[in-house]
Amino acid sequence: MTGVEGYMYPNEITLYWSVLIVLYPFITGLVAGAFILASLERVFNVAAVKPTYRLALLTALSFLLVAPLPLVLHLGHPFRSPEMYFTPHATSAMAMFGYVYMWYLMAVLVFEIWLDYRREIVFLSQSTQGLLGIVYKIMTLGSTNISERALHIDERVGWVVTLVGIPSAFMLHGYVGFIFGSIKANPWWSSPLMPVVFIFSAMVSGIAGVMLLYMGLTKLRKQTIDMRCVDSIAMYLFYIFIIDFSLEMLDLVHRIYEADESFRSLDFMVHTKLYFSQIVIQICLGTILPLVLLFLTQVVKLPEIARKRIYAISGCLALIGIFAMRWNVVIGGQLFSKSFLGYTTYKMALVTKEGLFMAIALTLLPLLFLWVLIKLLPPWPETSEHAPAIGD
Amino acid sequence: MNISRRQILILLPAAAVAWKSVLAGTPEASPNYKMTDHWWSMLIDIPKCIGCGNCVRACQTENDVPDGFFRTWVERYHVTDYHMENPEVISPDGGKEGFPVAVADEGKYFFVPKMCNHCTDSPCTQVCPVGATFTGPDGVVLIDPKYCLGCAYCVQACPYGCRYIHPEKKVADKCTLCYHRITKGLTTACCEACPTGARQLIDLKNPKDPIHEFLKTHDVQVLKPQMATGAKAFYNGLDGSVR
Repeated sequence: MTGVEGYMYPNEITLYWSVLIVLYPFITGLVAGAFILASLERVFNVAAVKPTYRLALLTALSFLLVAPLPLVLHLGHPFRSPEMYFTPHATSAMAMFGYVYMWYLMAVLVFEIWLDYRREIVFLSQSTQGLLGIVYKIMTLGSTNISERALHIDERVGWVVTLVGIPSAFMLHGYVGFIFGSIKANPWWSSPLMPVVFIFSAMVSGIAGVMLLYMGLTKLRKQTIDMRCVDSIAMYLFYIFIIDFSLEMLDLVHRIYEADESFRSLDFMVHTKLYFSQIVIQICLGTILPLVLLFLTQVVKLPEIARKRIYAISGCLALIGIFAMRWNVVIGGQLFSKSFLGYTTYKMALVTKEGLFMAIALTLLPLLFLWVLIKLLPPWPETSEHAPAIGD
Repeated sequence: MNISRRQILILLPAAAVAWKSVLAGTPEASPNYKMTDHWWSMLIDIPKCIGCGNCVRACQTENDVPDGFFRTWVERYHVTDYHMENPEVISPDGGKEGFPVAVADEGKYFFVPKMCNHCTDSPCTQVCPVGATFTGPDGVVLIDPKYCLGCAYCVQACPYGCRYIHPEKKVADKCTLCYHRITKGLTTACCEACPTGARQLIDLKNPKDPIHEFLKTHDVQVLKPQMATGAKAFYNGLDGSVR
């Protein structure tokens, strides 16, 4: 049969998890990573990254709103998906998704953003007319007290929410790793390291994503990039990237040294079907190159313009590398037979429900949401006439 | 009795639905079947399998299995002395139409029928997010097609490649051990069609089932025992090279 080498069990020839399932961990990873960057300022008092605090929160929310879409679209019966909430199966990792998602969306992200923006929302609800004014009035949820004491309470509650949010962000993405890591039938996935690798790669992608958005949006607004801020973000990106890379290498070395029954098959796959996406894109281009570039910025005193360019390139490469990692996990895990005797091929469709165009649309959709959110809740201190951002 | 045009318009669609149901027939009831009295499984006697593909054809006909997908299939292994770990395996169209003539002189050839192992600790059941797949009190792993989301998590979790997503129904599908037959005292379609008795439906809770004697006197193994799934498809004469 076309696209099959060696022997596959006959039901394995078709791949059931497509590019949309690649997109799902990529998007949730961006959410978790962006939130953890925001928490640096809020909980760990890293003042340097403050200019990105609100942008990181809005980015996390934009991507979180889109996160379930690839999953739902992939289902054979999308309208049955609410059953996961109403009749969840307690032993299924996937069944917990709905709850983790709702908890993170409502109890953490929306609540924290609302608390942080409450003062501005109250001002805007009073000063804006028309439909937008009504939207702001609804967003106040009837809470218009912006006395010193009330704002102080907001601040304290917001801190607690962020504190709760950090393990929640870990849970959100760690659980995505667990979905794959707990499948004992698939040696490419089955690893207790999987959730940990997913969490750190999420942090890499989220931090890189927010850094790029901050630099890009600041440039679009013709404002000056706060170099102290991006230098700090790049430093965190570098260190977390090292941890992420070390964990992935630990997994790789362990597999090579242990060389269990699946090793020969997986090794062959990495050197053939996954060579380009794993060795070339993920490891060389998406990990080692940005790590070297970021390392340079840490040890060599480079001029501002050079640092900006390096950060932009490293950020883009890191995002490509993390996307390739998700691809290699999801698609790679279905390319080999569980008989370890053969390989199949993934042929991506173009215009189907799970095709390339849908994947591109779902990648761009969070950016559209972000644009709306930025218009509604400007994250920049100077754009709000009535209400300077907290701390200004 | 006067029936108005309005009443006819209301009655006609209802009559059409009722007629369709009459034509479909009522599922045969099995009032005497008590699930807790059984613990179903399958014995596959490898030395007896001749690779004729009767079982695959019978299964596809009985269960309306879509082309290109299999509730059961037959593999032919070719194992040579120095390549025990890398056997040459083929299963053209699931072995439905039999196999080409073997040409190699060296090594050994044998056939291995495959199907859902109806595992006691089935990983597919464990991962289903809504519990649409479940193990019945009689040990048969089934899927509720009206409840399945079609997420394919169970397909990924099955170590034996026994599940697929039905291309038209968009739900997970696999061997039901011909549940509609065994609950009425019949055997499965594949067992019925096997000319050599290489497949035998067994009921471990039935003290009169000859399987008890067979298990005492033969070396019986399950596929991938390291997976600890509690597989219940028992293989007699299973070669170590079989995956």
